[in-house]
Amino acid sequence: MSNDHSGRIRMMQGNEACAEGALVAGCRFFAGYPITPSTEVAEHLSVKFPKIGGRFIQMEDEIAAMGAIIGASLTGMKSLTATSGPGFSLKQENIGYACMAEVPCVIINVMRGGPSTGMPTLPAQMDVQQARWGTHGDHGIIVLSASSAQESYEQTIRAFNLAEKYMTPVILLLDEIVGHTTEKVIIPDESKIEIVNRRKPAEKPKDYLPYRETEDCIPTLAPFGTGYRYNVTGLCHNETGFPTNDNKIIGKLVHRLVKKIVMHADDIIEVKKTMLDDAEIGIFAYGSVSRSARSAVLKCREMGIKAGLLEPKVLWPFPKKEVLAMARKVKAIIVPELNMGQMAREVELASRCAVPVHKLGRVDGNPIDPREIVDMIKGVV
Amino acid sequence: MAEEQSASKKPAVIRIKLEWCKGCEICVAFCPKKVLVMEGGKAKVENPGDCIKCMLCELRCPDFAITVE
Amino acid sequence: MFNYLEYIREKNFPHIWCAGCGDGIVLKAILRAIEKSGISLDETVMVSGIGCSSRTPGYVDMNTLHTTHGRAIPFATGVKHGNPKLNVIVITGDGDATAIGGNHLIHAARRNIDITVLLYNNYIYGMTGGQCSPTTPTGSRAATAPFGNIEPPFNTSGLAIAAGASFVARADVYNVANCEKMIAMALAKKGFSLVEILTPCPTAFGRRNKMASPVKLMEWLRDNAVPAAKWKKMTEEERRGRMETGVLMDVDKPEYTAEYEKLVTSLRTGK
Ligand code: SF4
Ligand code: SF4
Ligand code: SF4
Repeated sequence: MSNDHSGRIRMMQGNEACAEGALVAGCRFFAGYPITPSTEVAEHLSVKFPKIGGRFIQMEDEIAAMGAIIGASLTGMKSLTATSGPGFSLKQENIGYACMAEVPCVIINVMRGGPSTGMPTLPAQMDVQQARWGTHGDHGIIVLSASSAQESYEQTIRAFNLAEKYMTPVILLLDEIVGHTTEKVIIPDESKIEIVNRRKPAEKPKDYLPYRETEDCIPTLAPFGTGYRYNVTGLCHNETGFPTNDNKIIGKLVHRLVKKIVMHADDIIEVKKTMLDDAEIGIFAYGSVSRSARSAVLKCREMGIKAGLLEPKVLWPFPKKEVLAMARKVKAIIVPELNMGQMAREVELASRCAVPVHKLGRVDGNPIDPREIVDMIKGVV
Repeated sequence: MAEEQSASKKPAVIRIKLEWCKGCEICVAFCPKKVLVMEGGKAKVENPGDCIKCMLCELRCPDFAITVE
Repeated sequence: MFNYLEYIREKNFPHIWCAGCGDGIVLKAILRAIEKSGISLDETVMVSGIGCSSRTPGYVDMNTLHTTHGRAIPFATGVKHGNPKLNVIVITGDGDATAIGGNHLIHAARRNIDITVLLYNNYIYGMTGGQCSPTTPTGSRAATAPFGNIEPPFNTSGLAIAAGASFVARADVYNVANCEKMIAMALAKKGFSLVEILTPCPTAFGRRNKMASPVKLMEWLRDNAVPAAKWKKMTEEERRGRMETGVLMDVDKPEYTAEYEKLVTSLRTGK
């Protein structure tokens, strides 16, 4: 990757910023299927990848795209797919496979309204719970959120870093507004960007166990073709990667898949706080809505209302501690979001009834106006 | 070729791995020389002298249980 | 005697397949074909879907990937496109490849990506207990066709040919020598290759269709899977209900990963 745009300022769509972030993160494989409003990620990489030897492929459907990135990742390639609501539903089975087999990969979902075909060109945040629980079975997962083109760029890089570090699929959620808004992105010097690559086995092939029990719960999967001949399966398996019916081993495996994320939550979770220190009203908002929330905070402050904002950059694992800390300080929490209260529910749980939690949900395809948030805050005060 | 001929004149050594044999009878049914029989639900070598080393039993055993040398 | 032990994961034996299941016969033919073609186990990836045949990778000592139902071909496409140096073999069944995975099969054939698909056709869903599949013959009984199947079956090889596969063959486990030969030819082919292997499922298919014993099913294959040379001399009447075996399609055409590589080179050198 050349350094030709180091430290430069560029105008980009959120979707394009994702593609650029992926390139910097070292992603060299993309498989996808056309879908609004995420297609620009694929289009951008279809131009860039062949020029640098990266691999692009348009698959026959969403399911195939998800399968292909898992296959490619097992050859050692950092792999990406991008989709939206209906496609995200179709990918769920193989996302579960990546969780179970612990294959790092990144899935970008530029959220549009649902259910079903819903609103292909209008924004929503209706997939935040699906991102957590969309695939069947107990599992841990990492879900990031971006609220601007700048964050789309940075969060894509972080998504790859977390995927490689924790050997897990990572989902990055944008909404249609973020995906399609063209705005300024500051691209830092590449030498200043942290890049994480998956561990390589230290032992010889004959001593190698792909799913060896380790203290950090993270497996070490050698790329196919490097002399480590092991088995990967979606069935419950033991340390060797072969299926097992041993209940003790099965129990341990599922526990570990969940624990792998939970025990590293502090490393994964990231929140941004705006004027929260003295706030009496706390807002919890993510994605494009957090931008309306930020301007609502400023308007409130002008009016003498002490509002503050907690913006989770990581939706899952959910930032429970941060929400509880806010709940203990403020008099009420407002959760504006482009769904009927999917994250408000988590906020309520995490705040342990310390304060009332007010939902401000919108599901008609319109963005949330800062004035709506201000009005609700005024009502609460 | 001379070597091969003399090798094939050696009597056949037919081995059956009883732990892996599932008793499907395929080897017995299709042996052209009736070398094999079933006994107690497993294949058994009955007339090794008649074996012509056609290898069909080894090739068709689904369980890697029979070998002919 | 062929030394299978060099190629298998012996500790996983005896395998899980039923007595007389043809899957083990195919597995052995694959191992012999691999030896013949001289490909390195380190550089070979075997990918499978879900079903009885898809348990094959667990028994071979290579890079093995047991995926989700119907999806072996997309995973394999990712492996091959990710590292074109690897030899990629897909093990799949009639249900896995022609029902839930049918879309992937035709598109991989159309794309002509260099993977070898070994499709075990036993006319039934074995692992789930004998439900009818897209290849169950009309009139045959299945757990979900208790009065006989009223649907017409797929001609699986014909489907792959129509979709653009560069090599298609049919084989059966009675005629083991031909089975091994077809697999070896498919492995050697640069491009999408498919071998449809007719193989008995005594447990889920045979028992419902008056062929409960493995021997009966092998006899049925002996009498109904007809080598190409003989097939050519048969009348329409004689062909009815029988299947032609041997090479059904063999052409050279541009292969996907090679075409992609050409694109990369031309963009880099401006040529
Ligand atoms: S090698 Fe041929 S003749 Fe000898 S036992 Fe086997 S099938 Fe019979
Ligand atoms: S073919 Fe193999 S498994 Fe079947 S009876 Fe003979 S030795 Fe046993
Ligand atoms: S159910 Fe049929 S296909 Fe499955 S292992 Fe048994 S015989 Fe083989």
